[in-house]
Amino acid sequence: MIGPLLVDAAFVVFALLAIVTGYRVFRTDSMVRAAFYLLASFAAVGGIMVLLGAEFLGMVLILMMAGEMLVMAIVMVMYMMNPAGLNPMVMVHQNRVAAIAGLVAFLALSAVGLAGEFPDQPVPDPASATEELGRELLGNSMLVFQTAGITLLATMIGAIAIAGSRGRYGSADEGSVEPGLQPDEEVA
Amino acid sequence: MTTEIVLIVAAALFGIGVYGALSQQSFVMLMMGIELMINGALLALVVLWARAAGGNPEGQMLGVVFMTVMAVEMALGFALITGVYRVRRADITEKLRRLKG
Repeated sequence: MIGPLLVDAAFVVFALLAIVTGYRVFRTDSMVRAAFYLLASFAAVGGIMVLLGAEFLGMVLILMMAGEMLVMAIVMVMYMMNPAGLNPMVMVHQNRVAAIAGLVAFLALSAVGLAGEFPDQPVPDPASATEELGRELLGNSMLVFQTAGITLLATMIGAIAIAGSRGRYGSADEGSVEPGLQPDEEVA
Repeated sequence: MTTEIVLIVAAALFGIGVYGALSQQSFVMLMMGIELMINGALLALVVLWARAAGGNPEGQMLGVVFMTVMAVEMALGFALITGVYRVRRADITEKLRRLKG
């Protein structure tokens, strides 16, 4: 039986890729490179999902993240200093506390994963799992699906409202300029 | 590929995300940490769906909701970065000591 072995080997590759690239995100000098490391990490997680039988979710994750990371790389180039990583750069605060918190989160969640009792109920028919998801999306869970869509629409409107340079009554930062110290001083 | 090992991988992704979200100064890097955390949670959700839920399609439905949360977080995060940069010329958290105004 070579099939399960292949799945295991692919899982090990994807798992190592996901963790190593996820770590490299915060260890690279170039912010654009960090975005692509994160994309690699997401793609590896998407691969693991496909191995687990959630083909639709895995591929949607890869598809969504490919677009999102390109936007992220563009934002990096637009706003951030040193996007190309030409200079070595460490931009961290409270590094030790953060590292300890991350380690504690990892150990605690691993302990939950190892000590927890999970029912052994695998997907009965993996071949039709995606079909069932499709029927669920447009059947019983349609309200959830619709709510997600409306949430995304509201997010788009909100994002445009926040990021726009013009507000309803003038420039968007109107009122955010600090008043002068004197009462009758002209506000800049 | 046992359930436990996949859960440990998910925990590792979450831990790296916690580290990134707490330690990074740049807003976008901070968001990357949050994304990694959601990524780990999504992986844990999918493995529990595949191994412990008896193929219930509602498990995958929850995964779709997770992805919506990811997209919402990213879109609003970028919008806030743009707004803050426009008003304050700030790209790291240390430049935003005061939220007022």
